[in-house]
Amino acid sequence: MWLEYLSVIFILTNFILLASSRLGFCIKAVTIQGVVLAIIPLVHEGDHLNVASLVLCGVTLAVKGYAFPKLLNGAISRARIRREVEPLVGYSTSILLGLLMLVFGFWLQSRLPLGGNDGLLLPGAFFAILSGFFVTIGRRKALTQILGYLALENGIFAFGAAALPEHPWMLELGVLLDVFVAVLVMGVAVFRISEEFEHIDVDRLRSLRDPVGEG
Amino acid sequence: MTVVLLLAIPLAGALLALALPAAADRYRRPLVPAVALIHFALVIRLWTGRADSLPELESWLAADSLGLLFLTLTSGLFLPTSFYVIGDMLRYAEKRAAAGVSERVYVVGLLGFLFSMTAVCLSTDLGMLWVAVEATTLATAPLIYFRKSPGALEATWKYLLVCSVGIALALLGTFILAAAAGADGNMTLNIRGLAAVAGSLDPNLLKAGFIFLLVGYGAKMGLAPMHTWLPDAHSESPSPVSALLSGTLLNGAFLAILRTVEIMTAAGQGEFANELLRLFGLFSMAIAGAFILGQKDFKRLLAYSSVEHMGILAFAVGLGGSGVYAGLLHAVNHTFAKGCLFLTAGNIMFRYHSKSTLTVRGVRRGMPMNGALWLAGFLAICGLPPFGIFLTEIAILVRSFAGGRYLEGGLYLLFLAVVFIGMLGVFLGMLRGEAPELPEGERAESPLMALPGLAAIGVVLVLGFGVP
Repeated sequence: MWLEYLSVIFILTNFILLASSRLGFCIKAVTIQGVVLAIIPLVHEGDHLNVASLVLCGVTLAVKGYAFPKLLNGAISRARIRREVEPLVGYSTSILLGLLMLVFGFWLQSRLPLGGNDGLLLPGAFFAILSGFFVTIGRRKALTQILGYLALENGIFAFGAAALPEHPWMLELGVLLDVFVAVLVMGVAVFRISEEFEHIDVDRLRSLRDPVGEG
Repeated sequence: MTVVLLLAIPLAGALLALALPAAADRYRRPLVPAVALIHFALVIRLWTGRADSLPELESWLAADSLGLLFLTLTSGLFLPTSFYVIGDMLRYAEKRAAAGVSERVYVVGLLGFLFSMTAVCLSTDLGMLWVAVEATTLATAPLIYFRKSPGALEATWKYLLVCSVGIALALLGTFILAAAAGADGNMTLNIRGLAAVAGSLDPNLLKAGFIFLLVGYGAKMGLAPMHTWLPDAHSESPSPVSALLSGTLLNGAFLAILRTVEIMTAAGQGEFANELLRLFGLFSMAIAGAFILGQKDFKRLLAYSSVEHMGILAFAVGLGGSGVYAGLLHAVNHTFAKGCLFLTAGNIMFRYHSKSTLTVRGVRRGMPMNGALWLAGFLAICGLPPFGIFLTEIAILVRSFAGGRYLEGGLYLLFLAVVFIGMLGVFLGMLRGEAPELPEGERAESPLMALPGLAAIGVVLVLGFGVP
């Protein structure tokens, strides 16, 4: 039962990411996703908890629930931006596309032979992967692209939690470490971009071009 | 023990370089060739087979023959490049000191890159492999940004985003394979373990997993249409870094794809995997050809040539049978030929202060040694005899025709010709003509800076006469 509640929260946070122009709000949504992901394995395992899964839960909470929002909020205040204005795809269109992605997620669940997965977590995972991918390519601000990347990554973790209840925790720690460093490096890059160009609109980063196709 | 040392020594070197104070560049520089030498010696020790194995580590890290081949490529190109790096740092040292730029990031990044690439080559577990490939992205991002120009920043951002998202998809593919293997309760991500049970896995899940792995690692390898980061990153980073990116990093992603192909073949899904590989391969060659024609920046030109050669590798492996062997040999040739070209490009850029194919003229007369290397590198990379690429490209063509794939073989030949024509104009233009006058007291070239490139092209030449 708890798993279903958590899955619903996970799905709703994706809609926030797709629909909101306020970066602070989007960071909160991705943080909530991270916290939900940290708790899910504990709910999954219920009575037979072991030390490894507790440690993993703690590390995930520390990285996704604390370090990421702190880093990203820091980047917002340094780059002095609040909102994503004029995204490449409008917000109402994004929500409609989000609904389609969710439906597609349910369809995939019915098609893929992953035994014993009739809950909401698996469609939620596909939804997060698709919407994260969509936000990464459909928004202009470098910071929003990082949020999209994180949602994509959260979706893959959720897929792992749904399809592989007994996953190797060493692997997850390694992945977590990589993602942490990736966000750190990207955060530095955002800061440099804002210093260098006085904006963090990625679609204006286009000095490196090729002669072909430019006309 | 050797396996552990191979990882521990670059890591220790990177940490030491990080710990040295920012101003101590003079003491930090020698770390790069020192670590490179030890690393190379350890790789040779692995070849002699006297390395003792650690059974408790083997499910994660071990040197099988495929991994050892790619490890040798990495170490073999890193060694000459490490000496070049010293010279490159020295000749730019004054400018950097004036700008207040420390070389710390450079050295730490290079050694961190060697560490993560070694981990990629030694991984025997798909999860471990993923962590290592992502680590190579993170170690190289600061290297691409090292020049700190707006262009370098743009290139770094593209690189980080395209590769991180790409590799995230590879993680999804890894999880799907694990889910397929976990269905009957024996969850494993060990490559050999997966290959052993592959026949009994659900074919649809396997196919889905393979597609994600191919697209994900393909982005890192530079297969079109996920190659967009590659020309920018190669043209904006310092030349020795471009040499390493092109010569070794792309190979690392190729190795990751080979590992998954191994599992697919064991599952009896080899033809599905091969078809996709040939498709991506030919498409990459076509895209590279289109962008090489009329290219105005010679480092971008070399980068697109890497896209082309990655396409050739994918195509060769997709042919199966002896194609796989030809593809592996081609990877060896490409590593050293492209390494030589990028290192020479660095020397040319230092002399002319330009990357433009229109302003650089008279390299043959103005810089005789680098002119000769530039010409040799061109002949090698375009597959002309007596260099090794000639043999491997012919072998791939023969394999294609022998398998009855006339259309694909014909397209392959056509794209090779297009690339050759595009590169011929640029290289001849740069070599011919009169070089501009040098300012008083400057030398056109230094023999020491030509040596690493000479060593690299020597390997390709030797492989043109026969494979040891």
